[in-house]
Amino acid sequence: MADLRNAVLVGGNRIPFGRIGGAYASATNIDMLTAALDGLVARYGLAGERLGEVAAGAVLKHSRDFNLTREAVLSSALNNHTPAYDIQQACATSLTAAVQLSNRIRVGQLDVAIAGGVDSASDSPIAVNDRLRKTLIKLNAAKTPMNKLKTLATVRPGDLAPEVPAAAERRTGLNMGQHQAITTKQWGITREAQDELAAASHHNLARAWKDGFFDDLVTPYLGQTIDQTLRADTSVEKLAKLRPVFGDEPGASMTAGNSTPLSDGAAVVLLADENWARERNLPALARIVDAETAAVDYLLGQEGLLMAPAHAAARLLTRNGMALQDFALYEIHEAFASTVLCTLAAWESDDYCRDTLGLPGALGSIDRSKLNVHGSSLAAGHPFAATGARILASLAKMLAAKGSGARGLISVCAAGGQGVVAIVEAI
Amino acid sequence: MNLDSLIAGALNSPLGKKAMAAAGFAEATKLRRGEALPSGPLALGVVGESSAVADALAAVGLSAEPALIDSPETRTKDDKGRDQAPAYPAKIGAVLVDASQVATVDQLEQVRAVLRPAMRGLEPSGRVIIVAADPATASSVEQAAVRQALDGIMRSVGKELRAGATANLVQVADSTTPAQLGVVLQFLLSGRSAYVDGQPLVLADVATTPAPEGRIVVVTGAARGIGAAIARRFAADGARVVVVDVPMAGEAMAGVANELHGTALQLDITVPDGGARIAEHVAQRYGEGARIGALVHCAGILRDRMLANLDEVRWASVLQVNLAAQLRMNEVLLDPSVAGGLADGARIVAVASTSGWAGNKGQTNYAASKAGVMGMVRALAPSVAERGIVVNGVAPGFIETDMTASIPVIDREIFRRSSSLLQGGKPADVAEAIVFLADPETPMNGQVVRVCGQLIVGR
Repeated sequence: MADLRNAVLVGGNRIPFGRIGGAYASATNIDMLTAALDGLVARYGLAGERLGEVAAGAVLKHSRDFNLTREAVLSSALNNHTPAYDIQQACATSLTAAVQLSNRIRVGQLDVAIAGGVDSASDSPIAVNDRLRKTLIKLNAAKTPMNKLKTLATVRPGDLAPEVPAAAERRTGLNMGQHQAITTKQWGITREAQDELAAASHHNLARAWKDGFFDDLVTPYLGQTIDQTLRADTSVEKLAKLRPVFGDEPGASMTAGNSTPLSDGAAVVLLADENWARERNLPALARIVDAETAAVDYLLGQEGLLMAPAHAAARLLTRNGMALQDFALYEIHEAFASTVLCTLAAWESDDYCRDTLGLPGALGSIDRSKLNVHGSSLAAGHPFAATGARILASLAKMLAAKGSGARGLISVCAAGGQGVVAIVEAI
Repeated sequence: MNLDSLIAGALNSPLGKKAMAAAGFAEATKLRRGEALPSGPLALGVVGESSAVADALAAVGLSAEPALIDSPETRTKDDKGRDQAPAYPAKIGAVLVDASQVATVDQLEQVRAVLRPAMRGLEPSGRVIIVAADPATASSVEQAAVRQALDGIMRSVGKELRAGATANLVQVADSTTPAQLGVVLQFLLSGRSAYVDGQPLVLADVATTPAPEGRIVVVTGAARGIGAAIARRFAADGARVVVVDVPMAGEAMAGVANELHGTALQLDITVPDGGARIAEHVAQRYGEGARIGALVHCAGILRDRMLANLDEVRWASVLQVNLAAQLRMNEVLLDPSVAGGLADGARIVAVASTSGWAGNKGQTNYAASKAGVMGMVRALAPSVAERGIVVNGVAPGFIETDMTASIPVIDREIFRRSSSLLQGGKPADVAEAIVFLADPETPMNGQVVRVCGQLIVGR
């Protein structure tokens, strides 16, 4: 493919992430995604413009929101002739959307596009349970009033218990934290290391807010002007006092402090053909060089649920002839502090890299001062589908500041044993 | 329901309105706003020999009929035998007095003679406009005195007029062309000047040109209130608008920017590189060669406290946002080598306040900043004239915004009724004055125009 164009990251926008039941307790996914889009449109002067495509999604989605992204486009200041579709790959949703749209731009199918994600843990799609659902379908089909009554009479009090979506794996019944607790134990990740990472995430994010780093990355929403789960004054000592919530005692180390909080929010990134962007005086910050998605078989417990990025990175680096140390910045999504630490430990392990990843030896360690330098999900929160776009926009800005050619590595783990890793490079 | 809303409700009830009327409070007239000119004819009275106003009106496609003159010969008697000034057969839209040649005290009688019949002959939201020369350029002491006397006449007339009518004075310069005066008269006659009252407009020797298509206008404090109204008004004229406000106001600002198809810049203007970030935004969004055609300093805050209770934090925050930030931004944006800075011939308009003229209890910090803005306007204008850059200010009085809605209702009502128009102004009224001053066709420089409905105070 000789004639690929250059797809660039122009910039991004998100709303401050909210705590579950917090600032956005009564906002819907459409509301939040619209707000994120409108902030982006305002920043780059795109009001009334018809864009090539908008691809975004949510992990927790009401069935009525089957056309979530298109509805948000219609509610936004974008031209109504902008097409849109929903996409979903759990926590990697918006990163995957960005990779796909970037490729569409590179082959010339699009000039400009927006990738994004939104999630509300507060306004989650509570459903009726299976028995009641089946009864209601029957009720709808019943022709006579008598039959309707008969069908209704079969409803039992237990049927009325709603089904709340949980971050649980369908095939194992374990929630994500319980899965990660197993992996944490396997890799021998200490409580102290996890708390240190969590404290650093909060401190780094707080500093970024204070320095105005988010002035052109975040637009306030519903009066919320800063990430609601951020605790600038937290410390390793304070985090050490929290009781473990995942894993079996003794040795359980995962607490609410070193696990990502359930949260609400939306994030989007603007991608464009480089020439298209330059003609319109839009910045060209960075580009997605390459990306790799991996999936692991976590069912039998041989591999951790959230270890797929370790695999994806190995393949991606090999394909691009790069070493793990060739990056100016690393963004590893903090699903849990231990997820980051397990991934790093895996890359540092000769045995694992050789036996599991099929490499000649360990990928090695990274300079931790280059990791999540402006905080990550532990502090900012993690509205599942929005996280990829949050990371991408921040990283693109940081890389652009470092200068042309600076590279960054993004790693995002996702439910279902999947993970997406991408190489981003400053233009 | 709190006490405030109870009082407000009572005042606005039919009974309350009746009581207010009985107490001698006239009800405010709905002002004529927008481009609309008066519906009645324009009447023109000339002192001595001059065609300055007639020529200016002709230059903007308007004409006037001769004004009625009050004199012993033209008066009639009513049924009780009392003298009556001549009356216009139908309400007139405005009376213009061409006093540009007035030189002696005796000639002021001719001004009285023109104005008297008009006082009861004006339609609602009618206009009294006196055109004279600048006292500063007078060739004799008497001429200077007489030119200044016109200011006193105008201000008193403004206070006597009713039903939304205003009185203003235009002081022309030697260099003023009919077209330039025409632009000013058109503004004053139109509804755009609805809340400008009792105001002398001093014209300057500046080169005027039509505004270029789609010029870039930067408005700070544009997320809401007066700033948003300013941005809207510029966009309506076809400008490309950059709206600037603090990151915390980003949501409202995004709405304004998108509505106007402009761009939003989230920026705390008090940061040291505020000006540079505005220039960077302009150069990046509109091209390396892009320059700012008009800059409106509207961002401002209040931190009211009686001086006895005022600490250094409240003092500094107001002075930083309202004054120091403007000075710093100007310095950067006026540097001709800065990409995205101000264009040659650009217009700067700064928002001051009538508090800056009159002072206000609890507002030493605010009044300092706003008087400072006026000082800045006057000092900056001559210093940048070489590049054709023009600097003016507006001083809003009581404007109905979210900010003033927080003032207790009784005080609010007193503020409204302290103006000759017996009401608060609208953000759009301030916006109109700013767009007028930012218009490259407006021949004014180094001036601060009040938009206050003639509050008791003000220069």
